[in-house]
Amino acid sequence: MNVRAENTEQGRGAALPDHDQRVERPGYVVFFDRLFRAKLPAIGLGIILLIVLMAIFAPYLAPHDPTKITVEDRLKPPVWSEDGDARYLLGTDSLGRDVLSRLIYGARVSLIVGFSAVVISGTIGVLLGLIAGYAGGRVEDFIMRLADIQLAFPYILLAIAVLAVLGPGLVNIIFTLSIAGWPQYGRVVRGQVVSYREREFVEAAEALGASGSRVVFQHILPNIAAPVIVIASFAVAGTIISEASLSFLGLGVQPDVATWGAMLSIGREYVREAWWLSVLPGLAIVATVLGVNVFGDWLRDYLDPKLDAF
Amino acid sequence: MTAYIARRVFQAVFVIIGVTLLAFFIMFLTGDPTYLLLGDVRGMTQVEIEAFRHEMGFDRPVAIQYWDYMKNAIRGDLGKSYYHRVPNMELILERMPATLQLALTGQALAILIAVPLGVYAAVHRNTIADHLTMVGALLGQSVPVFWLGLLMILLFSVELRWFPVSGYGTLRHLVLPAITLGAFSMARIARLTRSTLLEVLSEDYINTARAKGLSERVVIYKHALRNAMIPVVTIIGLSMGMLLGGAVITESIFAWPGVGRMILTAIQTKDLPLVQSSVIVLSSGFVGINLLVDIMYGFLDPRIRYD
Repeated sequence: MNVRAENTEQGRGAALPDHDQRVERPGYVVFFDRLFRAKLPAIGLGIILLIVLMAIFAPYLAPHDPTKITVEDRLKPPVWSEDGDARYLLGTDSLGRDVLSRLIYGARVSLIVGFSAVVISGTIGVLLGLIAGYAGGRVEDFIMRLADIQLAFPYILLAIAVLAVLGPGLVNIIFTLSIAGWPQYGRVVRGQVVSYREREFVEAAEALGASGSRVVFQHILPNIAAPVIVIASFAVAGTIISEASLSFLGLGVQPDVATWGAMLSIGREYVREAWWLSVLPGLAIVATVLGVNVFGDWLRDYLDPKLDAF
Repeated sequence: MTAYIARRVFQAVFVIIGVTLLAFFIMFLTGDPTYLLLGDVRGMTQVEIEAFRHEMGFDRPVAIQYWDYMKNAIRGDLGKSYYHRVPNMELILERMPATLQLALTGQALAILIAVPLGVYAAVHRNTIADHLTMVGALLGQSVPVFWLGLLMILLFSVELRWFPVSGYGTLRHLVLPAITLGAFSMARIARLTRSTLLEVLSEDYINTARAKGLSERVVIYKHALRNAMIPVVTIIGLSMGMLLGGAVITESIFAWPGVGRMILTAIQTKDLPLVQSSVIVLSSGFVGINLLVDIMYGFLDPRIRYD
């Protein structure tokens, strides 16, 4: 995409302390200026904000109770279809529950799982990566081999195995996806720490008597923020898809809770008679994930054009 | 090269041991797996529960259980299915061909379509075709496998009636699941081919090749593409993991009788030993594939061997 090329040619941004000092405008002005010039990522961020607002204000936005069953109104198509019902803008599911309301509430689960799993796995991964990179030796070997072993599991398979034992539920799914996600961060952070350890400013801090944790947290951590933020932004997209997949397979949150994945698993059973049940929740997922991916792509180039595609 | 291969094989064996260890201990996440397997224990006497625990060997120390499991695993015995009452290995091997058929077809489709598309997009950079390819690739990476599968069924089976909704056996049954499964890696491979080729095309030796008066075709296919393929090969290896994972979902949507679908039914029947063994086999297979990729990598790029 030309967005990427443009950004690469413009050079590096000024958001991080380690970057070019000549830019005098405050970091956030440069950030939004570049973001809006690139258009597509701005739309991506817009979608993300929209979904976040939708999730927060779900009770005010949803026209119906998302769990209210009205059997006589079951499988109503969206309002623009011939048999559409004005009360149900996007139709109803097999139990007569309002699809629009369930979509709005579904954003909550997707975002809660997406963000909390990413924050937890990011924290674990960054900490372990910092420890591995700074401690070196056996500790490093142990942590990195653990990462290798976990990466040998296909991600979704590991999640399925853990959930099979723990059983479905919101907390379990967040736990599972958090545990499954850390090695990505761990590897990248460790690599960065190893390369920063040899830099003058780190050696200077050590020479001045700074403790190990001070060196790591005060001097190294701020410099490796960029790749971590980039991995995290893509991980949000990946986690939302994983949660939806697990809910679709019946391993996610409880079945009566409205989630996009669980809605699709109902849609699959009614694929012949109710297309809207298998199309609409998927559109919600794709819009969210696309928004995150487009924004993440841009963010990667903005923070550091030299970062590879993860 | 021999030393390089030996080192990689050693690492792979180590990782596989780690995989079994992890898969084994997942069963013990909630403590004693006895209750996990039995599910509802109401109506069972304590004696019956104890007998079951003893029969399954859960009354022994975990380390010993693992040791025995591994001793048997080396001989190809992965324990017995709690539900089917036959060896797990037998069940897995029975369903493996279907999974491999699906995963390999999906991957082959992905490579055959994605690499030429990526090359075309890179060579015709910033044209409409390039933009369309990249938008398509971005979309392909953002669409969940299971939704794509549903849409395929909706469009090609329910509406157009070109392909069967689900099932296994003929080539027509294979088309939709293979496309569904391959879509994500297709998108990823196309993007990566394009970006690495663009990077390679800006190298000095490409300018040299052009300056020598070589035709653009020779420059791209003989000089640039070969070098650009190195990261692409890695991603192809890594995406086999995604494919094996995605197979669980794809198989479930299309009622494809593979290992993935068996894992899901095993979860429903609380047949955790079967889940555990299937996960170990699939993950070890993934390790094996990446070992092959690493070795291939060593042949493609001599610098790697001296890491």
